[in-house]
Amino acid sequence: MLETLTDGFRGVRLKMQGQTQISEDDISEAMREIRVSLLEGDVDYGVVNGFVERVKEKAVGEVVKVKAKTKKRDTMKVSPADHFVKICYDELAGLMGPVDVELEYANKGPTAIMMVGLQGSGKTTTSAKLAKYLKTKKKKKPMLVAADTYRPAAVQQLMVLGRKMNIPVFSLRGIPPVQLCQMAMQQATSVGRDVVIFDTAGRLAIDDTMMKELEGIREATNPRNVLFVCDAMIGQDAVRTANAFHERLALSGFVLTKLDGDARGGAALSIKEVTGVPVKFVGVGEGLDRLEEFRPEGLASRILGMGDIVGLMQDFEDVVDTEQAEKDAEKILKGDFNFDDFVQQLEMLKGMGPLQEIFEKMPMIGDMMPKGFQVDEKELVRIRAMIDSMTKSERRNPDLINDSRMKRVARGSGHGIKQVKDLMERFRMARVMMKEMGRATGLMGKMPGMKQAAGLARLKRQGMSMDPSMLSSLGEMAGADGGMPGMPGMGMPGERKKKGNPKKKKAARKKQRAARKKNRR
Amino acid sequence: MSPIVIGIIVAVVVLGGVAALVLKGGSSKNWDSVEGGASAELLPSPSAAKPAAKAAPKAEPAPASGLFSRLVDGLARTKGRMIGGLDELFGGKKIDEDLWQKLEELLITSDVGVRTATSLLDEMKAAAAKEELEDPARLRQILADRVRELLVANAGSMAQPESGPLIIMVVGVNGAGKTTTIGKLASRHVTAGRKVVIAAGDTFRAAAIDQVVVWGKRSGAEVVRHEEGSDPAAVAHDAVTAGVARGADVVICDTAGRLHSQTDLMRELQKVHRVIGKVHDGAPHEVLLVLDSTNGQNAIAQAREFSNAVGVTGIALTKLDGTARGGVILGIADELDIPVKLIGIGEGVDDLRDFEPEAFVDALFSAGDVGRGQNSADAAALDAEAGIA
Repeated sequence: MLETLTDGFRGVRLKMQGQTQISEDDISEAMREIRVSLLEGDVDYGVVNGFVERVKEKAVGEVVKVKAKTKKRDTMKVSPADHFVKICYDELAGLMGPVDVELEYANKGPTAIMMVGLQGSGKTTTSAKLAKYLKTKKKKKPMLVAADTYRPAAVQQLMVLGRKMNIPVFSLRGIPPVQLCQMAMQQATSVGRDVVIFDTAGRLAIDDTMMKELEGIREATNPRNVLFVCDAMIGQDAVRTANAFHERLALSGFVLTKLDGDARGGAALSIKEVTGVPVKFVGVGEGLDRLEEFRPEGLASRILGMGDIVGLMQDFEDVVDTEQAEKDAEKILKGDFNFDDFVQQLEMLKGMGPLQEIFEKMPMIGDMMPKGFQVDEKELVRIRAMIDSMTKSERRNPDLINDSRMKRVARGSGHGIKQVKDLMERFRMARVMMKEMGRATGLMGKMPGMKQAAGLARLKRQGMSMDPSMLSSLGEMAGADGGMPGMPGMGMPGERKKKGNPKKKKAARKKQRAARKKNRR
Repeated sequence: MSPIVIGIIVAVVVLGGVAALVLKGGSSKNWDSVEGGASAELLPSPSAAKPAAKAAPKAEPAPASGLFSRLVDGLARTKGRMIGGLDELFGGKKIDEDLWQKLEELLITSDVGVRTATSLLDEMKAAAAKEELEDPARLRQILADRVRELLVANAGSMAQPESGPLIIMVVGVNGAGKTTTIGKLASRHVTAGRKVVIAAGDTFRAAAIDQVVVWGKRSGAEVVRHEEGSDPAAVAHDAVTAGVARGADVVICDTAGRLHSQTDLMRELQKVHRVIGKVHDGAPHEVLLVLDSTNGQNAIAQAREFSNAVGVTGIALTKLDGTARGGVILGIADELDIPVKLIGIGEGVDDLRDFEPEAFVDALFSAGDVGRGQNSADAAALDAEAGIA
């Protein structure tokens, strides 16, 4: 997902790495690349030009500032590359934010939600997903209305989905959509459903008759929410289409669908900027629970190739008993990690969604994955088969496994001895890695993305207001930078402080590298 | 520490562990290479969640007319807006930076894609410099020629097997319009007096089978169906077998929509393709990729991936009516070697047409020609020009 955008930014970031100052030429060149990657990501032409101009303007100003500091022999607090990426990030998030994923509910009577959009954007599926979201996450009593009376079997489709989720679907043969929606509202009141979702037919914004029908529904039912369902793969027409719907229906939000593919989601960047209407939800899979609240920071981070720790956190909270997790973490970080733990953690991860997606959200892992990398879930099945062929004591204490035991495991799981050896080797590597993480200067500092996690966890409690002093204390808590091998701790702009003896650190890193090499052999 | 933080630590630890175990091979190398980059990683300050200063200028409004929309308008029989971007663009007196800028904008906002747009522009600039052009009208000709070259080089018509039924497999992402295209295609063949069998191969989406059945009734085609959730390859198998046995002229196999990045689902598609080939030698004769013309650059990725998986032989470009730009058709012609064979220009059953590149380019570039003028370029004339029967 978002590969091209991400690659573009990654390239720029890598190029600027290590430079102590960035010239105006550097910025211009970087912006050219970013411009192309945004356009390839289907971001609206006008929005791209605006974005490029703003970043350029800000970045050029910053260069002077950073230079001035270095001249005075001040400690340079931020690397120019960091600062440049930060500017891009702020602008990107600004284009899409602020967050507004709340739906509006009626004070009295049922709340109506109207789903509109082009053909094939995913209205019916999204209506069903939204109903499920309202039922499970918001404890509402939704009712679906099959108001797409045009497409063959659209009504049938919604009925099937409703039955699957045990959510009532309102439909009447031969009644025009406007009356149907009106009747649905009365029905909802009398049977005590508190949210009514209209799944309307797909239509073109230039189709006046069909647009009038939507206006009719809007007038007749006075919906609190009008959501425009938009395919994430939409091209340069996104903004014009969205605007056309907005002008006639006064949209309250967007849902971006099919974001689980490699669609670059450029539409998300453009829509909010041009219409001022927020993106509320994103569809990220075919399953009925694959609808997520939209978080611009997450998407911006992803576009910049920085992972999506907040998204990870949310998924995690949904499936995990945090107390148990805490105990497990302590155990694992002590280097006491065996195959039983592995299987258990793996099961938990599976509950969080497709592994591919989890990895993509993880800071840095995205950088490490080769381009076009795919998690092969079958590889996991193979690993699982090998682990299942081990005895209980072998699983608890993997060091027991010698050559002859490996042979047995290979036979038992239908694999070659080489594959088992390979698994053992990778397992040892993983164990050492975790131990190193646990032992190092501060737990937090060694965690990729941990600083954000901590910061955001607090933010979440404090209702997303951030006080700069807290940020710096977080930075201190995080300890020295450095990071686990291959997972550099993420620095914080303006917060990074020189700590410890750099020479010492260098030596320590060298040691780590040597240890890793040894382990690999 | 808050439990959430601990939770995240665990998540990250375990993910790291699993990553180390799952990311086979090259991973260790990658870990090393990333190490040096620590300083460049940056934490976004949470204050970034706040809206960026809105002092920045609002983005320019989208241009009123794209390169393709006017053709499309013509096809959709809506009058007006015929003389749009191109005439204004090339109607000027001189070739200057401003013209190049506007041309770039026109191409990109028509979804032609940055790469193809850039190469078109470079070619035109080179030609302009070589011939020391001063008249923008000449540029229009050069652009038209180049576009024609691109599209005609990639032209192709539907396959025609020597014996037995024509077997067509239809693939595409979710919501591209596969089932609708199949319905219209079936009607076309039935109207021409051919016997058509459709395989209701989308066994995944709720009520997709019913949708095919409705189209079968409408068009007079036979539908072979299994239950929802059954193996799509089995449906295709039965449909092709039935088609051959009953002496059908055309067998069309529907498949469930899938995003081209989903490896497992693409494998499933390969299986369907394989099974069809086993039932009938040389089949499927035609693998039709249905592309939504409102899609942007992602359409190229779709074409590439589907082609890699099942060897796409032709594209059906849908939803070309309305405001769609459809310029991605040029990008596909430029970057891939897959001909567009059908275009969908409306909701009606007869709105699925053969794609004729020559006529398409003529319609695109001739509407504002001097001899013809604005008034004669009415919808009917354009339809005639476009060779649409």
